[in-house]
Amino acid sequence: MRTPRVVAPFFGVVGTVAVWWLATALFHIRPLFLPAPPDIVSAFRRQPAYLLHEAWATVTETIIGFGIAAAAGLGVAVVLAASRTVERALLPLFVALNSVPKVSVAPLLVVWLGFGPRPKIFMVVLICFFPVVVATMAGLSSTPAELSDLVRSLSASWWQTYVKVRLPWALPQIFVGLKVAVSLAVVGAVVAEISNPNRGLGAVIVLSGTSFDTPLAFAAIVLLALISVVLFYLVASAERLLLPWARAITG
Amino acid sequence: MISLVEVSHAFRGRAGAVEALAEVDLEIGEGEFVAVIGRSGCGKSTLLRLIAGLITPSSGRVRVDGVMVTRPRPDVAMLFQQPALLPWRSVRDNVLLPAEILRLPRPAYAERAQELIETVGLAGFEKRLPHELSGGMQQRAALCRALLHRPRVLLMDEPFSALDALTREELAGELQRIHMDLRPTTVFVTHSIQEAVLLADRVVVLSPRPGQVRKIVEIAIPRPRSFGHNAHLEEVTEHVAELHELLLT
Repeated sequence: MRTPRVVAPFFGVVGTVAVWWLATALFHIRPLFLPAPPDIVSAFRRQPAYLLHEAWATVTETIIGFGIAAAAGLGVAVVLAASRTVERALLPLFVALNSVPKVSVAPLLVVWLGFGPRPKIFMVVLICFFPVVVATMAGLSSTPAELSDLVRSLSASWWQTYVKVRLPWALPQIFVGLKVAVSLAVVGAVVAEISNPNRGLGAVIVLSGTSFDTPLAFAAIVLLALISVVLFYLVASAERLLLPWARAITG
Repeated sequence: MISLVEVSHAFRGRAGAVEALAEVDLEIGEGEFVAVIGRSGCGKSTLLRLIAGLITPSSGRVRVDGVMVTRPRPDVAMLFQQPALLPWRSVRDNVLLPAEILRLPRPAYAERAQELIETVGLAGFEKRLPHELSGGMQQRAALCRALLHRPRVLLMDEPFSALDALTREELAGELQRIHMDLRPTTVFVTHSIQEAVLLADRVVVLSPRPGQVRKIVEIAIPRPRSFGHNAHLEEVTEHVAELHELLLT
């Protein structure tokens, strides 16, 4: 009998948590350094409304930022890929900008955009934008030769070629970019929240540090991990739903 | 229908120009089926791409229907080694692609697409996506697409070479039937001597690097022809032996 696909990962997770729990108990590790799993659960249950409220702030920043970055990244890539000249003019600039560690501009964003959610959203956009641009451009320039020949032999116009072949062919790669971006998106939101801690789970982690409430910090971290995983799977399932053929050409 | 006069073509490579074809003269009549064989790198595909207007010759003239070929023409269709189907389109929508691009009336061509799909035995698979089909079925769909807009010239670049032996034979048989039926002028590039003898009125043998017409062999066996047991076995064997000789020496 074959075991369902979820069994092995399930035992992997349960086993890891068990080892962690056992280690904290055996070596008498104080919760200040490494809280045991039950400490984290009780930290959450002490103030669930507060934590969920802050988590929601992080989620909205992440989703808005990711949405803006995806739209802008797609738009920019489409324009860049349309013309060799524009591509050659702007691509080096993008590569240079992309190699700037985005985390380092977090404090500047506060100066430019104030203390509200805007600098956080902007940080998410900064982090998500480039993977989308790069993946989309790669996708748009990866049309197989035989498909280009095919539409050329039919005397297709530039626009027909673009809409009927190049763009759809790029979609699987665009989703690769979106998946990379969405897994970085939460990082962007938290980094911005930590450098300017007024709202969100990043702020919770900073505050718990000042009050030596390590279990609370861990509760926030667990929530962040959950948010990240859920957002990733949302994008991945959107891909599976919209592009059932993508596995056939990437596999 | 197709005429090549002193056609030469060279590709610019890193180590200077590489001559693919040299001084090729060839006349192909309306409705004729011409096979082109030669070893790898003899410029067979280049010859086809020149007729298709995908590339222009370094020197010489290529004419289709009396008109110099400078770019692809809608009445010349191409079939490639790969099926080149759009993976996100169903079989039917792939077959209808030429009608969309050439802005032909959809209802009439939807009917024709259905007929073609039935002719090649893909009935029942119209709504499937390409990756759900076998390689042979994909190439059948590609053949339907090539025939959709009733091209006068059909150019085929080793269309069956990615398929297994049995499927190749099956498809070659089908191609013969379709050609007898619709009579498009056909240029068929292949590695396979058997396929060439089965299908062609004339077989053009190219010598390698640069490709030159070595010999044109007339195949006067009446159709329909078939692989294997066949009333003209002796002639077939003779032609196969002759072509073998020409290719290997």
